[in-house]
Amino acid sequence: MSCTIKTERITKAFGARNVLDGIDLDIRSGEIFGLLGPSGAGKTTLIKILTGQLSQDGGTAYINGTDTRKLSGAEHRKFGITMDNFGLYERLSCAENLKIFARIYGLPNNSISDALAKVGLSDAAKTPAGKLSKGMTGRLKLARAFMTDPDILFLDEPTNGLDPVSADEIHKIILSEKARGKTVFLTTHTMTEAEKLCDNIALLSDGKIVEYGTPAEICRRYDHQRMLKIHLYDGQDMMLPHNRDAAAALAALIEDGKAETIHTTEPDLETVFMELTGKELSA
Amino acid sequence: MKNICAVFLKQVSDTLKNKTILIQFLMFPVLVIVMENAVKIDDMPEHFFAKLFAVMFVGMAPLTCMSAIISEEKEKNTLRVLMMSNVKPAEYLFGIGAYVFVMCAFGTVVFAAVGGYTGADLALFIAVMSAGIILSELTGAVIGVFSRNQMTATSITVPVMMIFSFLPMLSMFNDTVKAAARVTYSQQLSELINGIGTTAISAESVIIISINFVLAVVLFTVAYRRKGLE
Repeated sequence: MSCTIKTERITKAFGARNVLDGIDLDIRSGEIFGLLGPSGAGKTTLIKILTGQLSQDGGTAYINGTDTRKLSGAEHRKFGITMDNFGLYERLSCAENLKIFARIYGLPNNSISDALAKVGLSDAAKTPAGKLSKGMTGRLKLARAFMTDPDILFLDEPTNGLDPVSADEIHKIILSEKARGKTVFLTTHTMTEAEKLCDNIALLSDGKIVEYGTPAEICRRYDHQRMLKIHLYDGQDMMLPHNRDAAAALAALIEDGKAETIHTTEPDLETVFMELTGKELSA
Repeated sequence: MKNICAVFLKQVSDTLKNKTILIQFLMFPVLVIVMENAVKIDDMPEHFFAKLFAVMFVGMAPLTCMSAIISEEKEKNTLRVLMMSNVKPAEYLFGIGAYVFVMCAFGTVVFAAVGGYTGADLALFIAVMSAGIILSELTGAVIGVFSRNQMTATSITVPVMMIFSFLPMLSMFNDTVKAAARVTYSQQLSELINGIGTTAISAESVIIISINFVLAVVLFTVAYRRKGLE
């Protein structure tokens, strides 16, 4: 597959503080890529650079082969963006909010109802944006990002502050866009979200990418114990080495009907991040 | 042009639901109809309230609305979304400016009708009002661009608006105030409006209004270069 988003040694500093320090990324077309890091790690800064809202101090970023500092209006239409600090016209209804952008993009009126339907807001079309719940507000922002049917979606913490049900609705929308072949670049500090949605992730700390790969790969890489944890029906737990030597013992436990659950001991992303940086991911 | 229209129409929809802005456009036109019909004093100049309120309207409505609209969009981060949708800063400012101008033009029609202007006097009245609206819009845009949020914008707008809209009225009662107010465009607009039909347009008024315009453009350029629309 072709590379949709590529960065080479991106650096950005605000004053004396290096926010991004040599970021290299290759994101393939059609994948969901997650950039994970605690607040202030530089995730939003990178999205701003990739979408042409901010210029980097050094390095180059490309979207579909075009330097992000030279993106034209037509190229801008190929990506949709939602950021936490992107506002809505609160007095205007959901449909009126989208109508503004339909006019700007020269889209027909049915693009408004299509976008609202896609995020499940058809019934709220006439509700003022200021009266929507946080989850619905998030979905309306997604609808706005979907209006031009963009090839790439940049989603900056799309479920930040949402309850699990609202977050799950947004996850379904993101996955349905991936199924349509869209590329999604999302930032999050929620490891479960990354594990659920992302094909590849990068862990960002102090402006540097400290780990890169699929969530499962990364977790396996940091499984220092390499053990199997078996919970028995009698309530006891036992550990076996995660290798060929354990095969016979494990088979016997299963055959005797003693093993209730079997788990590997690889850590979750939160633990990996903690090991790599000494910081909590959700900080 | 498409983006200017989109911004213009956005503002039409938004203002219909925004009483704070709407009242700025309606207050003086409604007030002038009421006062011209309700207050009759023997020695009062003809159409006194129409002339007085027209100047106050020009000094207040465009200035307040421009600063309020721009600062609200900055505070609520809707302006950022427009910019990300490829609306250029100039297109946004023209869209908002055109909207405020059209709304103030409706007010101007009311003042012209109540003031009984016809023919050449009507054309001059409209020209003077238009110049005032554009100058106040520029001043409001300077404040809007310079302010980070609505609270900052309001704290700057109120004293500036008081100066431009109330000085012409206060100068009727005090010569010192009148002398000081001479340098403001609103005082010159007041003198031009009061002289329609009786005195010729003074070169001094035109020069002072032009200087005010140049100053407003310079201030806007400085504010925009320093703060942009973000």
